[in-house]
Amino acid sequence: MSEINIGVLSIQGDVAENVASTEAALKELGINGKVTQVKTPEQISKLDGLIIPGGESTVIGHLSLVNGSLKKIKEKIESGMPVFGICAGLILLSKKVKDRVVGETDQPLLDLLDVKVERNSFGRQRDSFEAEVSLEPVNISKFNGVFIRAPSITEVGNDVEVISKFNEKIVAVKQGNILATAFHPELTSDISLHKYFVKILQQSLKDQ
Amino acid sequence: MIPLSGDLPKAKGIVNEKIESNVITRGTSTLKRGLAHMLKNGVVMDVTTVEQAQIAEDAGAVSVMVLDKLPSDVRKAGGVARTASVRVIQEIMDAVTIPVMAKCRIGHVYEARVLEETDVDMIDESEVLTPADENHHIWKWDFTTPFVNGSRSLAEALRRIEEGAAMIRTKGEPGTGNVAEAVLHIKKFNDELRIIKSIYDSGDNQDLVKMAREFRVSYDLVNETARVGRLPVVNFAAGGISTPADAAYLMLLGCDGIFVGSGIFKAEDAKERAHAIVLATTFWEDPDKVKEAQKMIDERQSMLGLDVKELELRMQDRGSTA
Repeated sequence: MSEINIGVLSIQGDVAENVASTEAALKELGINGKVTQVKTPEQISKLDGLIIPGGESTVIGHLSLVNGSLKKIKEKIESGMPVFGICAGLILLSKKVKDRVVGETDQPLLDLLDVKVERNSFGRQRDSFEAEVSLEPVNISKFNGVFIRAPSITEVGNDVEVISKFNEKIVAVKQGNILATAFHPELTSDISLHKYFVKILQQSLKDQ
Repeated sequence: MIPLSGDLPKAKGIVNEKIESNVITRGTSTLKRGLAHMLKNGVVMDVTTVEQAQIAEDAGAVSVMVLDKLPSDVRKAGGVARTASVRVIQEIMDAVTIPVMAKCRIGHVYEARVLEETDVDMIDESEVLTPADENHHIWKWDFTTPFVNGSRSLAEALRRIEEGAAMIRTKGEPGTGNVAEAVLHIKKFNDELRIIKSIYDSGDNQDLVKMAREFRVSYDLVNETARVGRLPVVNFAAGGISTPADAAYLMLLGCDGIFVGSGIFKAEDAKERAHAIVLATTFWEDPDKVKEAQKMIDERQSMLGLDVKELELRMQDRGSTA
């Protein structure tokens, strides 16, 4: 198989950490692939898979709208490209968003993941926390969840599989080729979720 | 990649709590430094009112910093500059969805406590305000809320990190509209990092110990910084940034993001300028996009600015020796 091309959207946020985690995942799985930082529609059009990292969803959304990246990402995901959205990435992928304090916002969204997301769901930075979470449906029984001003999912559509809950709040989901978490696996040394994403990607290429 | 490790054992700011059947931990370095990582490649804007905060959020600011007066007005007003009104900070927190920071005076432990209780997302122990303690900065490990500190040399930055700062910014010279000092500080940083990196690569541990003594920080911190060849926390540029080109230049010099103080709301075209500075910070690698951003502003509407050599008050000197 030819080299897999995975991109990390590098408009804003913790890009380098996701590049490092994905590179480590490829290496451990023995898969021939490269991980690049992508910003422009041209770069995105060449990808086999995309990670939308943590950051500020309003900023990533507005700026990728301005340069046409948002449209290109939507097209690619609709045509089957796997995507992993983390925190801000989860928010951008979703269909509906509201902020815990401010309420409805009119921020740009990809409108693909059939969930309703509550931003800043666990509170402000002082309430940010680390805790052990479990993602049994994808065979990850223990994972150190790093929740930073994290969102949570309040409603899911029929096609959405819930893969993790924390204190009754939904914090990780999968819908077809879309994987999304409210916490930050890239801020830990545990690469099992990035490995899981790479495997989804590999499968999608085989199915083509 | 910037390491996230480095908790002080038994730091008072780290809190364990049981919620329902789960144990959670707050205030770890991963959470504090992690927030700074989420801000990377973004612009933090100084604001004094709810209206300004909303303009900043709409323009694409990654966070807002609440002050009582913009740095250039602090300069003009003289007197003692203190932390902003709690009421104003709360109004801004209720109005925007992005993280809200606020400044406290250097060494003023209780202004910081008040800001933590107000629930701001990050505290800036800032030289823009009048220092409360010239000899000691706040021991930031005691707080669950993360801190950002200014510095103008590697030694100063590492001393702040040793005290628990989760993020660093250059000091520059605030409220001048003049980017020269920020440029000077980041270049000094980069030079000093190159020196300790080369010592590390040569394997001369004795020389690293000597550097640690010179910097007045622990050997471990110098060793870790030398190993990765950069600061072990996120490092933003601040002080005098006024135009999209200023922001892009500091990104080119290796900063992780940008703070803009007086540069936006002291200009006459604040709205366009805020947006333009965000665009230039995001797309700094592309000169054509920075030109488009620069085109959005009118130089005749930039803040006039001050010559750093003629200043009566050099804010950057505050807290530098401690």
